[in-house]
Amino acid sequence: MSTKLKVSVYKLSSCAGCQLEFLNLEPVLLDLVGAIEFSYFPMARRRYEPGPYDIGFVEGAVTCGEEIERLKKARQECRILVALGSCACYGGLPSIKNWTPERVIVSRVYENSSLIHSIKAYGIDEYVQVDAYLKGCPVNKDELVEFIKGTLLGIRPRLRPHSVCVECKLNEYECISVIKREPCMGPVTTAGCGALCPSRGKACDGCRGPANDANAESLARTFSEYGLHRSDIVRRFRKFAGLTQEFSRGADAV
Amino acid sequence: MTTGDIKVDYLARVEGEGALDIRVKDGEIVDLKLRIFEPPRFFQGFLVGRKYDEVPGIVSRICGICPVSHQITAIQALEDAFGVRPSLQTKRLRKLLALSQWIQSHTLHIYMLALPDFLGYESILAMAQDHMDAVKRALKLKRLGNDLTVLLGGREVHPVTAVINGFTSLPPVEELRAIQRRLEDALDDAVETVRLCASLEVPDFSWDAEHVALRSEEGYAVNEGRLVSTKGLDIPAWEYRSHIKEKQVPHSNALHSYIVGRGSFLVGPLARVNLNADRLSPRAKEAMKASGVRFPSFNPFHSALARAIELVHAIEESIRIIDDLDELVPEDSGYSIKPGQGFAITEAPRGALYHSYKVNDQGLIEAADIVSPTAHNVNNMEEDLRRFVPRVLDLPHDEATLKCEMVVRNYDPCISCSVHFLKLNIVRE
Repeated sequence: MSTKLKVSVYKLSSCAGCQLEFLNLEPVLLDLVGAIEFSYFPMARRRYEPGPYDIGFVEGAVTCGEEIERLKKARQECRILVALGSCACYGGLPSIKNWTPERVIVSRVYENSSLIHSIKAYGIDEYVQVDAYLKGCPVNKDELVEFIKGTLLGIRPRLRPHSVCVECKLNEYECISVIKREPCMGPVTTAGCGALCPSRGKACDGCRGPANDANAESLARTFSEYGLHRSDIVRRFRKFAGLTQEFSRGADAV
Repeated sequence: MTTGDIKVDYLARVEGEGALDIRVKDGEIVDLKLRIFEPPRFFQGFLVGRKYDEVPGIVSRICGICPVSHQITAIQALEDAFGVRPSLQTKRLRKLLALSQWIQSHTLHIYMLALPDFLGYESILAMAQDHMDAVKRALKLKRLGNDLTVLLGGREVHPVTAVINGFTSLPPVEELRAIQRRLEDALDDAVETVRLCASLEVPDFSWDAEHVALRSEEGYAVNEGRLVSTKGLDIPAWEYRSHIKEKQVPHSNALHSYIVGRGSFLVGPLARVNLNADRLSPRAKEAMKASGVRFPSFNPFHSALARAIELVHAIEESIRIIDDLDELVPEDSGYSIKPGQGFAITEAPRGALYHSYKVNDQGLIEAADIVSPTAHNVNNMEEDLRRFVPRVLDLPHDEATLKCEMVVRNYDPCISCSVHFLKLNIVRE
């Protein structure tokens, strides 16, 4: 193949941490740009080439009307559109505000709310069709490389559907939930992070969103048995992916 | 081209989204607006009602480039509220974590965001053909900073181990020693970076802006100290709101910060080197002297050089801290919560960062007040531009646009952070 894959990186409402992960691939970055061309990547390049592009990575949640238009344009100019990170997948942390009236949230930060045009925060598939989801806050670098390799080879990339618990057990980490009785989101959260938080003595925060067949209701009841107040359980499920069906069921279970 | 518009519609090589509109009539600036259209994410709004121990993890997500600074500042503000005094070991590890992010972020800005402008390339990727040594040095230094963050925090972006009154896990001492050897090896690369930045031709452009930074008795201030300035400000964190306020401007989602009674001010590496040069590490002082630039410097184009000097300092200081961390012992990190308000200021890579929280008796956040370095700087960026733009108006449009972008990039603006940031539009009437 003589032509490189053309890649674009778009930013919606986000912290830029997921797109920074491209630049954090220092050991393979020069190899990577030998195989793909960052045709549109404003954080790293001043010049850009017009689409169409082979892969478009969209980072961030949609939180204003103008972003919906940009997202739709991105969908039109990309063959494969990827939700990059939990904000683009599920709305992410910005979606925490969705359970409070918008004008209340706005008035906490701005004196004159008439100048602010903000809407509820959603993942990008609320507005456009998405071809792949790279989960996590931030995305995992290995999964990012795995996805690009898969696309280059024309094969399905190996992205994990199972829960963080599976990775945690495979690595033989001490179970935060059973041993310390801490409210760990590992049983219902998608793997792919290598069970990072439990490996560092911390309960899973659910940043990668729901795993396949997550039994969130059961986990919510367990949290309740651990002595968590209902409001603490709701806060756990309404964090990175509170809008998903699975985590909604967890928040409503007790 | 003395009349018309300059428009930069989407500023590249900055983190976030902003634009610059300049209206010019008969060679005079009629109107200049730095428009920040990065949409607000309302962290201060949705933190209300969340639990105190979630705060460091949530505010980390304000910025993917300086997550460590937001975490540490939030932790210290909450410790201030609860009356928790962390151990010396925790303070040392926190400073090392903060410096690891300085190394990563400063390298990213110098080589990937700023240097291509000065050397005439559109990106570091385009530089690779002619300047492979510099590109390899950049990747090496950036990976080193990142690896140190990973060792202490678990991952580069949004690390997980720092909590109130301690860390959830401690790094193995032998791995600290191994990375110390890499830091020692990288000192020459950092000094070479200072040499490179000192060799760049910068415009002769200075004005009497107020420079603001933390200053501490405990060395070059990172996580502690009083907020001082070149015009006499000298306050502890809890007095911040009596002296620094923000106003909302119609053209921007970023609030404009000002010092009561004076106006805009500058935070960041240049302000820090200007105010704290006497506290730099020995090699950093040497490199500063050898650069041939005299500090204090009020030329914002010396920001990249100041950042490089700090890169030397951050590496040398990290080596020293690891020397002090002979053995790491698990400590009791227990504490009790009490209602009240806490304040903290730290030096993020881009400058002073302020956090304050009000916590109720159930440990729930009642109010959050967060002012990022870029939010501090936006007002001063406009002031820089107002003074700088007249000298580029006669240049061809593309060149004028690039120069204006460089003025903004001096600040290494982190726009996601400040929104609550660029494209250049010059309208010539």
